Amino acid sequence: MLALLTAAVMVTALTAFLLGPAVVARLRARRRRRVEASPHAFDPGRERRAEQRARQLLRSCVNDFEWAMYRDLGFIRVEGRRLPDAPGGDEGPAPYAYLIYPHKPIVAYVPESGRLLSEYCVSFPDLTGGRTRLPASDDVLAKWMALTSDEARVIGRANMHLVGRQHDPGHVRRDIWRLSEWERLGAADLGARAA
Amino acid sequence: MKPGHGEVLLAEGDRDVREDEQLLIEEFRRQLDEGMWAAVPTERPGSGRREAQMVRDYGEIPPEAQRVIFFPRASGG
Repeated sequence: MLALLTAAVMVTALTAFLLGPAVVARLRARRRRRVEASPHAFDPGRERRAEQRARQLLRSCVNDFEWAMYRDLGFIRVEGRRLPDAPGGDEGPAPYAYLIYPHKPIVAYVPESGRLLSEYCVSFPDLTGGRTRLPASDDVLAKWMALTSDEARVIGRANMHLVGRQHDPGHVRRDIWRLSEWERLGAADLGARAA
Repeated sequence: MKPGHGEVLLAEGDRDVREDEQLLIEEFRRQLDEGMWAAVPTERPGSGRREAQMVRDYGEIPPEAQRVIFFPRASGG
């Protein structure tokens, strides 16, 4: 009995030794084929290239000031709609504004006081049923286009919450302060260049 | 704009050439049928302020527009 068991163990070990590399190679090839066949396989190179293209597209659509804001601060401010009888007309101060962040809710606030109003959760889902999402800069551009063209429609579709659900209010307040400092320094810089 | 890919060129052509325009119209309708939104980046004359104009019909595209950008319609996140 012992001899039979020993023989069985030896046969198993010999078989694994001889066929092992072939089996491993077949498993690896199968896994490679499965990854290549998957349309949503993660490819960091593709995502990086998509983001680079998205940044170029965003830059070509927004003005230099907004592009510099996004490049330096990571978000874009879009001014809210002015009332027809607002002082200063279309060029007067905006009663409210939005901060557009990539893949985060849009934040509405009062520029004059810095008071946070609400956050609007909006997404641009993959209509083909996939689970992929837009590159970060495309997400910002989509929000920018939606807000500047049809503010009521995009806000109407968004889920509204008080600031704090997805955004840290302290972080947003810091961003508003950073924006004001950035504008002050930018204005000083422009003044120095003009002088 | 295509999730997972970013910018993808769908069609290009000269609107003054009949065959090109037919191709552009078909692609425009196909994108809207798939549920995409279409927008044209514009610049407000004099102010330098840029904004987008949403277009729901091929005829709404401003004659001077160089491109139309399609992006997935917004939904509550």
